Amino acid sequence: MCLAVPGKVVSIDHRADPRTGLIDFGGVRKQACLEYLPDVRVGEYVIVHVGFALQRLDEESARASLELFEQLGLLDEEFGDAWEQAARQESGSEAR
Amino acid sequence: MKYIDEFNDPALARRLLDEIHATVTRPWALMEVCGGQTHSIIRHGIDQLLPEQVELIHGPGCPVCVTPLDVIDKALEIAARPEVIFCSFGDMLRVPGTDRDLFRVKGEGGDVRVVYSPLDALELARKHPDRQVVFFAIGFETTAPANAMAVHQARRLGVDNFSLLVSHVRVPPAMEAIMTAPECRVQGFLAAGHVCSVMGTTEYPELAERHRVPVVVTGFEPLDILEGIRRAVHQLERGEYRVENAYPRAVRERGNPAALRMLEDVFEVTDRNWRGIGRIPASGWRLSEAYRAHDAEIRFDVTGIRTEEPAVCRAGEVLQGLIKPTECEAFGTACTPRTPLGATMVSSEGACAAYHLYRRMTDGPAPKGSRIPQEELNSVG
Amino acid sequence: MADLAAEAAVDPANWTCPAPLRDQPVVVMGHGGGGALSAELIEQIFAPAYGNPTLAALTDSAVLGLGGARLAFSTDSYVVRPLFFPGGSVGDLAVNGTVNDLAMSGARPAYLSIAFVLEEGVALDVVGRVARAVGAAAEAAGVVIATGDTKVVESGHGDGVYVTTAGVGLVPDGVDIRPQRARPGDAVIVSGPIGLHGVAVMSVREGLEFGVEIVSDTAPLADLVAAMLAVTNDIHVLRDPTRGGLGASLNEIARASGTGVRLRERAIPVPDEVANACGFLGLDPLYVANEGRLVAFVPPPHAEAVLAAMRAHPRGEGAVIIGECVEDHPGMVVVATGLGGTRVVDLPLGEQLPRIC
Repeated sequence: MCLAVPGKVVSIDHRADPRTGLIDFGGVRKQACLEYLPDVRVGEYVIVHVGFALQRLDEESARASLELFEQLGLLDEEFGDAWEQAARQESGSEAR
Repeated sequence: MKYIDEFNDPALARRLLDEIHATVTRPWALMEVCGGQTHSIIRHGIDQLLPEQVELIHGPGCPVCVTPLDVIDKALEIAARPEVIFCSFGDMLRVPGTDRDLFRVKGEGGDVRVVYSPLDALELARKHPDRQVVFFAIGFETTAPANAMAVHQARRLGVDNFSLLVSHVRVPPAMEAIMTAPECRVQGFLAAGHVCSVMGTTEYPELAERHRVPVVVTGFEPLDILEGIRRAVHQLERGEYRVENAYPRAVRERGNPAALRMLEDVFEVTDRNWRGIGRIPASGWRLSEAYRAHDAEIRFDVTGIRTEEPAVCRAGEVLQGLIKPTECEAFGTACTPRTPLGATMVSSEGACAAYHLYRRMTDGPAPKGSRIPQEELNSVG
Repeated sequence: MADLAAEAAVDPANWTCPAPLRDQPVVVMGHGGGGALSAELIEQIFAPAYGNPTLAALTDSAVLGLGGARLAFSTDSYVVRPLFFPGGSVGDLAVNGTVNDLAMSGARPAYLSIAFVLEEGVALDVVGRVARAVGAAAEAAGVVIATGDTKVVESGHGDGVYVTTAGVGLVPDGVDIRPQRARPGDAVIVSGPIGLHGVAVMSVREGLEFGVEIVSDTAPLADLVAAMLAVTNDIHVLRDPTRGGLGASLNEIARASGTGVRLRERAIPVPDEVANACGFLGLDPLYVANEGRLVAFVPPPHAEAVLAAMRAHPRGEGAVIIGECVEDHPGMVVVATGLGGTRVVDLPLGEQLPRIC
């Protein structure tokens, strides 16, 4: 259902009906309808599906997710989690 | 930040996988709702990297798989008419109806065209005022705003020769139907991220609460999928059942308000048949009264077409992880990828088709950790 | 082709999402896509009508004994829309395609025939441009256009210009290159980045623009093949992955030889623009057409030397080993993904279509 790809708004044509913008998908450019993101600005990233920008991508959230992934193993090592450790001992090597 | 490469990083994938392996202590059955997620899982071989205890059940979120047979037959009927230019996403051209597909209609002289966007179809209608241009409006909540905009523009601009054959489906009622099935095995959901980009997440807390099932809104890149699985397993191991958003960069709680307003205007909720599953109440959209004049079913008088699905097909049970594909009497005999009887054999990512392919590769049972329901693990949980 | 036919008849499990009806009573576009439907057309219609051991060899060009020499012989028709695309035209394809089909037998291409089907109303200027492209490509490939023909069809009965070429060339002694010869252990080498031709043509059709210009890779490969054969005659298989892309070619080789193919995803050279355009349209670069690339199966002792010779040649600068031929899963192509999983690369059914799902 959901082949939607992130792209960067390169330009916006405010006179187009419906309002459209040129979106750059990593070097590939294509027009998309911006009507559903009325306040989107040039330079922002949006997620595009069948020629429509459906949502803007939030850079801060993306960075927070990646930082969380970076921390995963480390958090465990440093602080441990009593509940998880107990669970692990219980299950032995099964959980690898 | 490019939002793609960063979420494909193998080292971070390893961290997420290690965390999942370290967290899981018991078998859990998770359903990834969206076909796009299934695609990503298979494309990257993610299912093979998970602990044995984590089973992924492929959900019904593929319009190709679930668009019912009678709608396909209606499309074929309309597309064959000489005055019609029939426009569709590429996905639907090979989907078999009762006795043919859109490719065949095209081969027999029908004017069938693949478009990238419904607005391309609207443009064709404006270029060919002497022809009837019909757009095959299939898909979930992700695709509905685009199709809604096309018909909204058609009405506003008076493009009377443009109509939609609508077969829109909505995800939450399908999730509800899956959870209320008597032998439901799904213990956690990876909810469809792009559906939530449009709709938000407000439909899910009630579902999670009622069925005591974790719902994790999940994206589509490998790290997104792994994070969705990690969070779902984490909840399950702790006996929790909450809605979590593991795709925050693209999903806001309230969705996309402008798109939701358009959907409200153009569509109204209706019951729909799902191929391989059956009728699900309030699980679809049809054009609202104001747009009925652009309804291709009425315009071409095909509302009477009714087609029954083959009774032998047990795709519904497979979709819910209740049976292994090989336990179906028709598997590999009456039902093959060449002659599919149901949704799960139609899509190459459907469980039956996947099983068929893997069996060919290994010349035996599916390999460990493949995308096959691991019913062996069903004794617990 | 008998091998492919037998495989397909025993196990028809080749489809893309969604699985299609394959018992079509009429010709559909997929019959020309170079995938399973094309194979079925040959198996069910052509082979019964005029099949013979030569035709059954499933090579890009037939190798024939004639007057003591070994002659490679091949023909191909070229229908492309648009006629002119970034990096070339139907004229370039018509010459390079047939030259490459001959080269995939190890032959040195020598003579080509050319036949035009022109549509009434097409500007002579367009015909002139195509003809000049043919001339230039023939010169670049070192072949002579030895004979030709022209027909005209009524307006509306053709797509402007269709071109058919046939070609002959001599196969050197000691060279035996065909898909059946793939053996477990062979290195699988691709001569450069994939997907450029298909994406260049599609970009025109789908209205895509590129930050960097994407041009077709159309090019003659006979010289590159000669450079490879200068290292060793013992090259097992050569194939130019045109329609159906690398995925279709490797499946055909796996089936013809009864071996498996295992690729490393991260080794496969896919340019960023191709990957992004494919991601955007929902296509798999492995199934996108190339017109100036080859894939080679080379036994291990020669693999590094052949690879070095390819890299030293302008048409093979980007050559890399992308995987190997294996005993496991005979007839199937499997990719080890970047994350460490695996997936099956099946024979595509017909042409790829942009998808939303």
